[in-house]
Amino acid sequence: MRVLVQDAPFDLGAETQAFAQGHSDMGAIVTFTGVVRDLPGDPLQVMEIEHYPGMTELALREMAETAKERFSLGDVLVIHRFGALKPGEMIMMVATAAPHRKDAFAAADFLMDYLKSRAPFWKREITAKGATWVASKEADEDALGQWETP
Amino acid sequence: MQVLYFAWVRERIGVPREVVDTSAETVRDLVAELQAKEERYTLAFSDLSALRVAVDQVLSDFDTPLAGVQEVAFFPPMTGG
Repeated sequence: MRVLVQDAPFDLGAETQAFAQGHSDMGAIVTFTGVVRDLPGDPLQVMEIEHYPGMTELALREMAETAKERFSLGDVLVIHRFGALKPGEMIMMVATAAPHRKDAFAAADFLMDYLKSRAPFWKREITAKGATWVASKEADEDALGQWETP
Repeated sequence: MQVLYFAWVRERIGVPREVVDTSAETVRDLVAELQAKEERYTLAFSDLSALRVAVDQVLSDFDTPLAGVQEVAFFPPMTGG
C-alpha cells in the first residue's frame, strides 16, 4: 500500500506499470486519474489545492486500509497533489489490485467517493475574474451513503 | 492548544494557525470563546453548518470534548479528488 501527497507531478504510466508488476495473484488492476478541468466561458488560469499536512496522510491511509479490507485488495496506491495546477494537469490517481475486476472497480469508486468529501483538500479556482473556493457538492456527500454498511 | 484554519476560514480569520489558551470543554465552547474575542471570528463562525472540524486530525463534530486535545482545525467541507 502506498499513499503519496506531493506538489510535484507524477508519471501516470510509470506509476501504473510499477503498481501492476509483482501481483501475479491479482487478475485485475483498475486506475482512476483526476485531471484539472478548464471552465467553459471563464477560462481557468490556475487551480490551487490547499491541504492539511498530517491529517491528509492519516485520512488517505485510513481510506486505503478500509478499501483494502472491504474489497479484498492485494494492493492500493493513492497519489494526490497540492499547490498550483494548470488545466490539463493530473491532480490525483488511485490504483487498486484485486483477484477479480468487480472488486478492483468498486474499490476505486469507493476510494474516490471518500477522497472527494473526507480527505482534507480544498480547491480554489483562479480566472481573469478572480479567485473562488470550489463549493462542495451535495451529490458528493450523498454518494457516500451507498457505501454505508447496514 | 493549536488552532488551525483552512481555505476561506483561514482567509476570514487572517492566520493559518494560532495558539489559543482555553479551558473550553467542547469544540462548541471553543467557538463561543473565539467569537467573543473579535469580529473576524464572529464572521468566520457565523454559520456552523457550513464548517467542519477536526480534533487531533480526526474529523469530529462540534460536541467533541477537548480534554487532552492538542490540535483543533476548522475548515469548509472538503473538495478533494
